[in-house]
Amino acid sequence: MALIELRDVQRVYDLGEIEVYALRSVTLNIERGEFVALIGPSGSGKSTLMNTLGCLDRPTSGSYLLDGEEIVTMSRDERAKIRNRQLGFVFQNFNLLNRTSAVENVELPLLYRRGLSSRQRRKTAVEMLQKVGLGDRLYHHSSQLSGGQQQRVAIARALATNPSILMGDEPTGNLDSRTSREVIALFRELNEQQGLTVILVTHDPTVAKNANRMIVLRDGSVVADTPDFQVAMRELHQETV
Amino acid sequence: MTIWDTFRVAIRALQKNKMRAALTVLGVVIGIAAVTTMVSIGQSASALVQNQFMALGTNVIVVFPESQQRGGVRQSLTVTLTAADSREIASQCDAVLASTPLVGAQGQLIYGNTNWNANELSGVGADYLLVRNWAMAAGDFFTDDDIKASAKVCVIGHTVVTKLFQTGNPIDQVIRVKNVPFRVVGVLEKKGVDMVGNDRDNIVLMPYTTVRKRLQGSNFDNVNAILVSAVAPTRMAEATQQIDQLLLERHRIDPGKNKDFRVQDTTEIAQTFGIVTGVLTLMLSAIAGISLLVGGVGIMNIMLVSVTERTKEIGIRMAIGASGRDILRQFLVEAIVLSLIGGVIGVALGTSASVGATLLINYLNPGQDWPIVISIPAAMVALFFAGGVGVFFGYYPARRASRMDPIEALRYE
Repeated sequence: MALIELRDVQRVYDLGEIEVYALRSVTLNIERGEFVALIGPSGSGKSTLMNTLGCLDRPTSGSYLLDGEEIVTMSRDERAKIRNRQLGFVFQNFNLLNRTSAVENVELPLLYRRGLSSRQRRKTAVEMLQKVGLGDRLYHHSSQLSGGQQQRVAIARALATNPSILMGDEPTGNLDSRTSREVIALFRELNEQQGLTVILVTHDPTVAKNANRMIVLRDGSVVADTPDFQVAMRELHQETV
Repeated sequence: MTIWDTFRVAIRALQKNKMRAALTVLGVVIGIAAVTTMVSIGQSASALVQNQFMALGTNVIVVFPESQQRGGVRQSLTVTLTAADSREIASQCDAVLASTPLVGAQGQLIYGNTNWNANELSGVGADYLLVRNWAMAAGDFFTDDDIKASAKVCVIGHTVVTKLFQTGNPIDQVIRVKNVPFRVVGVLEKKGVDMVGNDRDNIVLMPYTTVRKRLQGSNFDNVNAILVSAVAPTRMAEATQQIDQLLLERHRIDPGKNKDFRVQDTTEIAQTFGIVTGVLTLMLSAIAGISLLVGGVGIMNIMLVSVTERTKEIGIRMAIGASGRDILRQFLVEAIVLSLIGGVIGVALGTSASVGATLLINYLNPGQDWPIVISIPAAMVALFFAGGVGVFFGYYPARRASRMDPIEALRYE
């Protein structure tokens, strides 16, 4: 059984007079341990697919099994629980709480999990920050950290709950090329050494190149699903022409 | 998330915007302080009234003459009570401790080249002190012999002493009322002012017989009122009943006919005063309560602003696994913490304000002695109320926060 099984997933936004198809019938499986890049031009539906996979959004129709559990029929609070247990998010603009120290940011997802003492939370948060190479920045506030460091804190926060999937929504979009490479290297390392499933949304080919599998979207449909970077780029190029 | 964690998160959030939190709290502080002060001063006022009635002698019953109807004509000024009635009440009714007739008089007091007007110039019986629960400061009260002899003696209150004699010793001095000389035989103990501000020490008492004969020139035995005290406050009703019965017999009034007297006990007056002060307290508290309401609306306003401002934070928290309930609790607890802080400060401020006000009243009116009332239950109620305000006015903003769509919230800048 695949970790993620999407069957005929549709997402329609009802804007009153017209209906907008953000996703038209997407069917795909993602196995445990894959490194997947979702690519496509803006408006192709990659963010909607990402939000759906991240249990932030609910498809209009279809079925989404995550680790065998049906997400589509879940309530808001049940999905919140799944996000907490199974998923870690890394965003383009980091989304750290301001005026809050790195270690407290990393503790945040643990606050919403039952039965952890504040000492256990602190211990886990410190471990995670050490893992991403910020052991010496524990009590810095986000405003005192560089972009790359902030994104590392965000990654540490995503990892704190020991999720099975790490999701990145343009995680390098706000970083220069050098820190971009470092962050992507960290994603690769987590994927290769710990078998963490990584799903990234990106429009940057150099980021997509790191993935083992590229899913190209256009107009709400999957137009290519390939491990071959060249093939994916050809598809992406075609649609932009 | 445990309640303790929620509480800590709320405190942290409030610390990030101290000035705003302080101003929000101020609204509740003023509200709670106003209510606490009003309730406290109100309770102090009713305690004062009760103390006054205690001092008056709570177990005093007053018998007044009532206009009598004869042949269909209402004779308004007929005086129907006599000193004999008073004596009989004292001897016949077993719930009665003592009884004294009361005859009112008027006139200027003259001593040497000084003169003075007393509030009360009364002719009374020898048991007056017993009835009024009063004592002598110096000298003695006049006796039954003085009354029989219509002796020209008097007992004076503390104020009269200071006005007429300054520092001199008044005992055995002679003061004149309407050109009748009265020898001062005693000075009453100081009693202070009553609840409407009358000085109860501005008083001159004489034998009622002397007042009737020498000041009013009358040989009749009738009196203006009879003061009676019951043996115990608990036996007031019984004493009232017995007096009523006795006077009906003595005045030969058939059952159902109009009485020519009226028996009034002071507990009724005390109760009326209690109701009046109670209503007054309630009214003042209600007015003060309005400021608490305004404080609550302030909390709601700030919480709404805060929720909008922290939309992004809400989105982040939701994305990493906070449920709607977690968010609701976070903002609700924040509102409750705000109002409870306001409540604690408000109660402290209100209590000190009421103590200050009481001390000021006592300072400005040296005669009056308002008791300082600090009510723990009232403080608890005030705190509980403050918490309630937080829940009531914090719920709507918190609910709005909890209903946010995480995707939209994350996109908010």
